[in-house]
Amino acid sequence: MTTVSDALDQRTDDDNEALLVVDDLRTHFEVPAGSVKAVDGVSFSLARGRTLGVVGESGSGKTVLSRSVMGLNVASNAHSTGSVLYDGQELIGRPIKQMKDLWGVEMAMVFQDPMTSLNPVVKVGRQLTEHMRHHLQISKSEARELAVELLRSVRIPEPDERFGNYPHQLSGGMRQRVSIAIALACSPKLLFADEPTTALDVTVQHQILNLLGQQQQERGMTMILVTHDLGVVAGRADEIAVMYAGKVVEKAPTETLFAEMHHPYTQALLWSIPKTSNPKHTRLSAISGRPPDLINPPSGCKFSPRCPYAQNRCHEEEPILAKGVGPDHTFACHFPVGSPASQEAFDRNLEAGLPQTLAAAGRIGATEDLPDESWQ
Amino acid sequence: MAGSGNAHMRGVNDTLLQVDDLTVEFPLGGDRIVHAVSGISFDIAKGETLGLVGESGCGKSTTGRAILQLPSPTSGSVVLNGEDLTALDPASMRSHRTDIQMIFQDPISSLNPRRSVGDVVAEPLHVWGPKDKDQQWKLVARMLDAVGIDPDVARHKYPHEFSGGQCQRISIARALVLEPELIICDEPVSALDVSVQAQILNLLEDLKEEYGLTLVFIAHDLAVVKNISDRVVVMYLGKMCEMSESDELYAHPAHPYTELLLESSPIPDPTVEIDSEMIAGGELPSPINPPSGCRFRTRCDRADDICSTDEPMMRRVSDDHYVACHHPLVPVEEVTVDIS
Ligand SMILES: Nc1ncnc2c1ncn2[C@@H]1O[C@H](COP(=O)(O)OP(=O)(O)OP(=O)(O)O)[C@@H](O)[C@H]1O
Ligand SMILES: Nc1ncnc2c1ncn2[C@@H]1O[C@H](COP(=O)(O)OP(=O)(O)O)[C@@H](O)[C@H]1O
Ligand code: SF4
Ligand code: SF4
Ligand SMILES: [Mg+2]
Ligand SMILES: [Mg+2]
Repeated sequence: MTTVSDALDQRTDDDNEALLVVDDLRTHFEVPAGSVKAVDGVSFSLARGRTLGVVGESGSGKTVLSRSVMGLNVASNAHSTGSVLYDGQELIGRPIKQMKDLWGVEMAMVFQDPMTSLNPVVKVGRQLTEHMRHHLQISKSEARELAVELLRSVRIPEPDERFGNYPHQLSGGMRQRVSIAIALACSPKLLFADEPTTALDVTVQHQILNLLGQQQQERGMTMILVTHDLGVVAGRADEIAVMYAGKVVEKAPTETLFAEMHHPYTQALLWSIPKTSNPKHTRLSAISGRPPDLINPPSGCKFSPRCPYAQNRCHEEEPILAKGVGPDHTFACHFPVGSPASQEAFDRNLEAGLPQTLAAAGRIGATEDLPDESWQ
Repeated sequence: MAGSGNAHMRGVNDTLLQVDDLTVEFPLGGDRIVHAVSGISFDIAKGETLGLVGESGCGKSTTGRAILQLPSPTSGSVVLNGEDLTALDPASMRSHRTDIQMIFQDPISSLNPRRSVGDVVAEPLHVWGPKDKDQQWKLVARMLDAVGIDPDVARHKYPHEFSGGQCQRISIARALVLEPELIICDEPVSALDVSVQAQILNLLEDLKEEYGLTLVFIAHDLAVVKNISDRVVVMYLGKMCEMSESDELYAHPAHPYTELLLESSPIPDPTVEIDSEMIAGGELPSPINPPSGCRFRTRCDRADDICSTDEPMMRRVSDDHYVACHHPLVPVEEVTVDIS
């Protein structure tokens, strides 16, 4: 699929300017046991019209990151610091009332579960028109006309008829189309799609992702696509940020990330995906254990208890982001994948029988590969 | 018959389970009927894994539950070790419940939240296992250990204290504790992250080896199904489209629906071009009024007149590869008989 960036070859300097600049963003939640560092120092910038994929396991902070940028972390125990510049304006510290003016019109979100954004007891047509009339100065009949048009554009068959349906009368895929229509209703410039297809069938997933891509192109939107599956963003994002334990551990243009990944976690995520090109019963290379406790994360590199390459240095010293291949590639690792040092580290661990290294090499079963379960 | 024929049945002598012309209908009142499963047939040899793949609502779970007689099918037979389960009275069926176990998609809600993990896994033993508590715990501990959960740590904890992947391990332990011959896995990894999914798939392969299990593995992700299955049945709206040995199915898909599923599967490689044309048209027709002839015809770009009048029957593509389509993507042997 061609992404919008291809179409923007002759963009002006003005267009080239980033729509979103996030700097050292931290969102922590205060709970009785301590402070949950859900997002812990994330920085990136995103140019207009481009798609950023955010990838990581459950609990890595993808949703909290998106919600922090949008100012949707309204829980009283949440606290965000750092900077989020949207179109040149600082959003961190803005009162919620002012943030609300941006929602829908400037930035919008499509959630994993469409029922998060749909009201089960209100007909879908009315949900759309009310949303539009709230933000746009239009009459009831204009709103209805626009709403039907919007339902048609997200490819809902017989939109006039569907206008009068309640959400439960629609299939999961159709509901997600409606919530996309609502997110697009006021033509936002920035769209967050947080696992928009995780709950859907592969065929419907494929269509919804195509729909998002097509709408993005037509509208010149900037998009942040959140998923746990590298396969979902492979052909659809311009660049990818891989998150682990609240931090971006690697970020690169999509082709670079796949061709020259430097971070062991990125590699582990890729290797754990079954592929139709492999023969049946191919042993999967699983990542051992699970993501760390974000209240008391491990010292040094947060991936070290699970990393097949981990050495003593990794347990002591946290790696900082360094430049990888080309100007837009960054990663945080002491033994980047593909370097001679990493090969040595891997072999050493294999020799020593480190369980996660054996598991990565496909040598041992999943029954033995849980060396460090973090029991609460 | 309404189904898609049975040319693909093997009749081998190490068959564990044979499902013949399985039909499950749910009356909705009036004369409306949900045709959830309409004439599905397959056989599974001992130690084999059969994958059942298709979109949500195509009848995969209903097929799985009908094997367990939950509820028992409207018609057709389910023969386990030579015995037709559909002919058994409820009491005799109960005695067979130790032979077949099921694990479900949502690992957390399929475990009773008010019981400790030790009790949850021991639950099936209360009815069918040894009555002695110590003996029960020994079995439970062995199974928890086998699925990679520390028995002593987990025993007095509750399901909500575990992650989704750990809860799925616990439900696998519960399914194993009666040492069943057959486990029906209904989308056991669909709700899990790719990383946890890989752990669970490896675990199932290991346990299968260790305990000589036979598996029915239900999923909608073709890559997952291929990885774990020896043979795959592709289902659409209550019907069989294609049945094949797994590697062959992916190398030479014969049914247009199988091809659609394959094209929709995300590929973790940005150099592979995505077919971005497919934006609409993915809705499954209603199982109350399924299309005549081939049920896939409303979404098939090869459909012609015969597809709306005649139901396609299973025809042979090659050894252990059969397809039910009038215009398959690869050549098939011409049908000789078609006794409807
Ligand atoms: N209100 C809250 N109070 C305390 N902790 C929270 C709160 N909201 C989120 N967290 C924690 O923040 C961390 C990151 O959560 P987040 O939802 O961003 O993960 P995610 O990457 O989106 O995961 P998933 O793939 O499961 O959606 C988790 O450990 C979560 O438990
Ligand atoms: N108890 C029931 N009553 C009525 N319809 C049902 C019942 N159970 C399942 N169905 C219908 O049968 C069809 C197949 O369902 P199911 O087997 O759950 O599909 P899958 O598991 O492939 O997603 C669906 O249309 C579903 O709505
Ligand atoms: S710093 Fe060490 S532990 Fe962390 S990812 Fe790199 S090799 Fe692994
Ligand atoms: S070609 Fe005809 S029989 Fe074959 S799948 Fe398409 S509609 Fe069905
Ligand atoms: Mg999330
Ligand atoms: Mg199901």
